Amino acid sequence: MAIQLERDDVDQAKDEWEQLTLLPFMERRPERRSSFRTLSGAELQRLYTPADVADVDYLATIGFPGQPPYTRGPYATMYRAQPWTMRQIAGFGTADDTNARFRFLIAQGQTGISTDFDMPTLMGCDSDDPRSDGEVGREGVAIDSVDDMLDLYRDIDLEKISVSMTINPSAWILLAMYLVAAEERGFDWKKLSGTIQNDIVKEYISQKEWVYPPKPAIRLVRDTIVFSTRNLPHYNPVNISGYHTREAGSTAIQEVAFTLAGGIGYVEEVLKLGIDVDSFAPRLSFFFVSQIDFLEEVAKFRAARRVWAKVMRDRFGAKKAESQRLRFHTQTAGASCTAREPLNNIARTAIEALAAVLGGTQSLHTNGYDEALSIPSEPAMKIALRTQQIIAEESGVAGTIDPLAGSYAVERLTSDIEAGCFAYFEEVEKRGGLVRCIEENFFQQEIADAAYDLYQRKERHEWELVGVTKYRDDTGNPKVELHHVDEAASERQLQRLRATKARRDENKVKTALAEIARVAQTDENIMPATLEAVRARVTGGEIVNALKPIFGAYVEKPIF
Amino acid sequence: MPIKVLVAKPGLDGHDRGAKIVARALRDAGMEVVYTGLHQTPEMIVTAAVQEDVDVIGVSILSGAHMTVFPRIMKLLEERGVDDICVIGGGVIQENDVPKLKVLGVREIFDADATTQNLIDGIERVVAEFGRARKRTGAATPAS
Amino acid sequence: MTRSVPVRVHRDLARAITAIENGYASFGDTLATLPARENGKASFVVGVTGPPGAGKSTLVDRLIEKFRAGGETVAVIAVDPSSPFTHGAVLGDRVRMQRHSGDTGVFIRSMASRESGGGLAPTTHDAIALAAHAGFDVILVETVGVGQVELEIVAVADVVAVVTVPALGDSVQTIKAGLTEIADLFVVNMADRPGASRTAVDLKHMVRESGRDVAVLQTIASEGTGIDDVMVALTAARASESSNAGRAVRFEVVRNIRDAAVRRALAVLDAPRGRSVLERLRAGELTRLEAREELLVYALAEVINAD
Repeated sequence: MAIQLERDDVDQAKDEWEQLTLLPFMERRPERRSSFRTLSGAELQRLYTPADVADVDYLATIGFPGQPPYTRGPYATMYRAQPWTMRQIAGFGTADDTNARFRFLIAQGQTGISTDFDMPTLMGCDSDDPRSDGEVGREGVAIDSVDDMLDLYRDIDLEKISVSMTINPSAWILLAMYLVAAEERGFDWKKLSGTIQNDIVKEYISQKEWVYPPKPAIRLVRDTIVFSTRNLPHYNPVNISGYHTREAGSTAIQEVAFTLAGGIGYVEEVLKLGIDVDSFAPRLSFFFVSQIDFLEEVAKFRAARRVWAKVMRDRFGAKKAESQRLRFHTQTAGASCTAREPLNNIARTAIEALAAVLGGTQSLHTNGYDEALSIPSEPAMKIALRTQQIIAEESGVAGTIDPLAGSYAVERLTSDIEAGCFAYFEEVEKRGGLVRCIEENFFQQEIADAAYDLYQRKERHEWELVGVTKYRDDTGNPKVELHHVDEAASERQLQRLRATKARRDENKVKTALAEIARVAQTDENIMPATLEAVRARVTGGEIVNALKPIFGAYVEKPIF
Repeated sequence: MPIKVLVAKPGLDGHDRGAKIVARALRDAGMEVVYTGLHQTPEMIVTAAVQEDVDVIGVSILSGAHMTVFPRIMKLLEERGVDDICVIGGGVIQENDVPKLKVLGVREIFDADATTQNLIDGIERVVAEFGRARKRTGAATPAS
Repeated sequence: MTRSVPVRVHRDLARAITAIENGYASFGDTLATLPARENGKASFVVGVTGPPGAGKSTLVDRLIEKFRAGGETVAVIAVDPSSPFTHGAVLGDRVRMQRHSGDTGVFIRSMASRESGGGLAPTTHDAIALAAHAGFDVILVETVGVGQVELEIVAVADVVAVVTVPALGDSVQTIKAGLTEIADLFVVNMADRPGASRTAVDLKHMVRESGRDVAVLQTIASEGTGIDDVMVALTAARASESSNAGRAVRFEVVRNIRDAAVRRALAVLDAPRGRSVLERLRAGELTRLEAREELLVYALAEVINAD
């Protein structure tokens, strides 16, 4: 009753304000657009009042940090205990080259490691595969065997720093290599912390790194989740991702909805084995983008946490609070960075980083100003890292939890994004579930349509890009020093690969590959056989190729 | 007659948002667009271009491997005796590599900020200047 | 897969198709550009049609594999609709067949339907003839089956396979009854989906009622299941007398008459007599019904009296 009265009062007062103050003012000074939209295309109201959030009950909907529905954050003290992990991604050339960059970043204050692999490694090809020509060590680090993995993290204490690896179709193999490297260096698996991205579902819909068709690929994800649950208490076996979906042009609602739909799919796969949801759900982690539309992004992160908490509780009956708790890494949006006037990207990245922090991220990579031009250079990474440190140390926002809670605009946007997600979940069910939707290009079509819509809004100047479509200065486009690609790295890696193959026991290789192939045709967990193979210095490409005849190869059906 | 364009995605990179938007925009401009799909080798690209007998091959490349991919494509076209298909490119291509690509015979490189209108105009210009207008007047040449 | 076709022939054939597609040269002239082939065997033309999303391209990909394993060279013509507004098109069918890219015994060509309103491109028939002349043993023609294209494919193909997917709920209402007249083979693809058997049974029922002997098969093209049965059916139809070839000729005759009649009728409408009827309609002296009746009389008279 009290809420209703208040809403009526406010609505009435707003009507009066519109009549007496707003409209006369608009006659003298009209608004510059007939409507204002977020980056995703959602309508932004002129003004949000308590009436707009009358349906948002603080206790039930917003709540407290560290407990369901987790809207305000996954931990009770958030950044007052420790800031988010500052985790700048690095990867280029050979393992030695990248190891040097890791040590530079740690010396500059980075608190977590994030590894970017070259296209061949990402696609399950060895450096000597014909398809790898021209791409070895170019967009990331080349890793063919455990020998590379040992050099990659040399002199880094794996029990003290968490290591994230951005790897998908061959994630289970890279995890095995990481574990064997850790084992050979005397680290205890139970003390390792880190993440593999290992989110194959989003590959089919956005990042497009795939080898096998969806069904066997999801089985591999399932196996890593199960293995990790049993053996790696501090490890996140998946980083279920929305970043790539958004970069492919989706809306904020689609980013969250399609990501969580993928998460729901993985949970269902593991549950089919009869494993209790509370035993593995707490270690599922997520990865979102932080785009430039500030308010929408803050709302998005909060909505994601609330949606997942409800899904885990209502759909899967999770009993442990930690099972409902969504934790995520964020990367600021590559797609928002321009090639023109690259230093402007420092400002963009700072705004996006702030949104991620106000959205409660656990881990953050900030892009370099050269993001649209090349893989990050050292100076660009240093400024990006400093940006995070300035937010943490100087801006004050880390001293209080979820400060934008209660903002009428932010709470309204949060609830709207939540509603949009549940609408998509219903649609996915109606269409026959996750795998069917992938096969029928449902997600892909939604993303393509959203991407095309944004492109048209840009062409109509409804969304401007400063320095490019507006305030364009054709006299000056500052050049920046870019990361220098070492063309000799490729040859060095091929030598490393030859040396590994020369040293190993070929009989062990054959036996190991035969065993992996055997396991692949059953429903046994693939990890033990993979670990054995990796110990014998079988390469990633050899394992991937051995399974192609068994699992098949995926061919997309492109939609426009 | 509609201009026929092959939109090609060489290499292992899966970022096709730009290529797909371009395909749609070119269609909306009245062109016929053949999309190769992802993970193409230069051989696959040239085979498709020859069979489809396109006017233009548009290579979308963001991986930085353009100095491997373009020379390979140009060489294959030459080996197969194809001298009337124009090659253009776009994506993440360093400015100082552009002149080197032009020396190889690549007609136009579009930078990351180019609009689709720039692209449409560019394709029409390239086809008008270097395309097969000369073949339009007569029958195809007799078998050699 | 020992037989291959020289790359030079790929290029000449591709250029010849472009020439007739764009009207640069007549069919006869382009034929002269292709080197004479010694292969005396007639090409086998298979039409693959059906609604979008049925998996035609995936099926065609499997058929290429089978024909190649049998030592035959294959040309594929994949027709996709042009936008009725912009007249542009995105042609993406070859993506599903790309594993044959390195096989010179396979030639894949995409064609936009252009003015034919979603059906076969007007020059598809000529393109097929050129591919046959270039010596390809098998020619697979893939089209989206909407509207009148099902009839047109009869004109170009020796055998027509209609591909559909299991329909949920009331099954074959999505398949127009007329398809049983033209199909030599029905393929229910994605047969692992619910409703596959029901759809197959309903199709068999429709086929029985039509009195023709048409196989109804189930496939999972993405997994390669059921493809051998399709090949058996195609081979049987290839050898059989009752396949499409006779119908193709009859259809072509009908189409020629229809085209000629339409041309005559339009000529009448444009002539003074026809134009004056339209003037009187505009001036309100005739109702629409009266104008139509009068024009029909003139047009029919012209068509019937045509020499």
